[in-house]
Amino acid sequence: MKKLINDPKAVVDEAVEGFGKAHAAHVTVHPDPLFITRKDAPKPGKVGLISGGGSGHEPLHAGYVGYGMLDAAIPGAVFTSPTPDQIIPATAAANAGAGVVHIVKNYTGDVLNFETAAEMAQADGIEVRTVLVNDDVAVEDSLYTAGRRGVGGTVLVEKIAGAAAERGDDLDAVAAIGRRVNDNVRTMGVALSACTVPHAGVPSFELAEDEIEIGIGIHGEPGRHKIPMENADGITDRLLEPILADLKPAAGDKVLLFVNGMGGTPASELYIVYRHAAKVLEDAGLVVERSLVGNYITALEMQGCSISVLRLDDEMTALWDAPVNTPALRWGM
Amino acid sequence: MADTPAGNTLGAAWAADWLRRSAAVVAENRMALIELDRAIGDGDHGENLDRGFTAILAKLDEETPATPGAAFKMAAMTLMSKVGGAAGPLYGTAFLRAATAVGDAPELDSALLAAALTAARDGVVARGKAETGDKTMIDAWTPAVDAAVAAAGNGETPAAVLTAAATAAEAGAVATDPLIAHKGRASYLGERAIGHRDPGAASSALILRAAAQAAESAA
Repeated sequence: MKKLINDPKAVVDEAVEGFGKAHAAHVTVHPDPLFITRKDAPKPGKVGLISGGGSGHEPLHAGYVGYGMLDAAIPGAVFTSPTPDQIIPATAAANAGAGVVHIVKNYTGDVLNFETAAEMAQADGIEVRTVLVNDDVAVEDSLYTAGRRGVGGTVLVEKIAGAAAERGDDLDAVAAIGRRVNDNVRTMGVALSACTVPHAGVPSFELAEDEIEIGIGIHGEPGRHKIPMENADGITDRLLEPILADLKPAAGDKVLLFVNGMGGTPASELYIVYRHAAKVLEDAGLVVERSLVGNYITALEMQGCSISVLRLDDEMTALWDAPVNTPALRWGM
Repeated sequence: MADTPAGNTLGAAWAADWLRRSAAVVAENRMALIELDRAIGDGDHGENLDRGFTAILAKLDEETPATPGAAFKMAAMTLMSKVGGAAGPLYGTAFLRAATAVGDAPELDSALLAAALTAARDGVVARGKAETGDKTMIDAWTPAVDAAVAAAGNGETPAAVLTAAATAAEAGAVATDPLIAHKGRASYLGERAIGHRDPGAASSALILRAAAQAAESAA
């Protein structure tokens, strides 16, 4: 496996260093313990919004630090959650006295580390609310698993809750709207190829040339089923079917359709998926009001994509449209 | 501890030796643990533990812990701050509860060792909310604790207590092979996790064996 790296153990530190230099106008990088804050954090009176997780999902999360989205992001090692000694100072840096919302993807490691950090930050007098993101419908029977994973929907939660915090909503209101987004978004992903974690040096799982993995998470971890390769429309149908079965939208519902690249799939292919997904939703009587297409929550160089469908209400739509100015998402200003 | 015969207690030197041996065995098995985790998780377990125990070695080189409890606490804080993922909080909690159980006792006898292992296991259960049979590190820890408590009850030496624990943990790790996972990332695989050993149970067995070897070498 060929990678543009110097030392497998220095990948995260060097990447964050470069990120900080490239986006010096937006962010400040705190190297030890490692976290990234908005240049103007903490913003007086504003609820702080932070998230974090394993590195390797760029632009998630550091790419979403800035006006209208996150106040701080905490990168862990590649595909590994950050630790409480990173999360606690990031929480303090994001706190302007109005409290901090932790947006946590539902993976055992993320949950344990954020839970510990939230307890300790609250012991230091910072009010913390947690929004757990678990939008992945690939996990069929959550009774016997760690529950549904947090995947593509995380980006939508961060954007919409970020806009709510920016307009001045209080702590409970920001957390409530984050949860409302999570309750209304469903996601399903597919891998056409595996990815290689730099320090492991070997692909995270094996896929034959004519096989695809349906129902992957964002870590290159295997999904539920391997099936023979199909065309784009066929794969899109397979992803949408469980999403719609679970979300149960009614005809006339307004939705946001998000086709996310896993890092190794060209934009043209994502648009081919979007084309068919939009048609399927419209045929089902839904109104595709907003869209997002591109690499927003990735798994290193994995080929594949995920589809997220978010059922919108007017407030969510307005918050989605609100100005945002981050390294990876920018509009309206 | 004046009335305790030599070899019937373990002190700070044993605890430090345990941590050093753990670091060595984790480094040696880094790729093997990555392979186990790659099969049913995300392939970072060996890397993460190696990073944590390497940091423990650096701390041991700076300062020798005065008591076993101090060594456990140092290990706990270092693992929690360096490992991340699920393994950091789980192993960190295990060592922290063990530290609390032994307090500032300068020497641990068999009963106190068994109590420390029990507290460590209970901590992992509380944090991870896993039960026996969920295909997690608990499947190594619970038989290890049962064996340690039984051995201590039979008046065995600390080294024998730890050897019994390590042997039971190894068997417990092997016994995770046919299980479906109910916790952690492997749980998403359903039946496809069958036939693969749980990486956390495997690393737990390695670390408990290191404890036994350190005790044998101290005896």
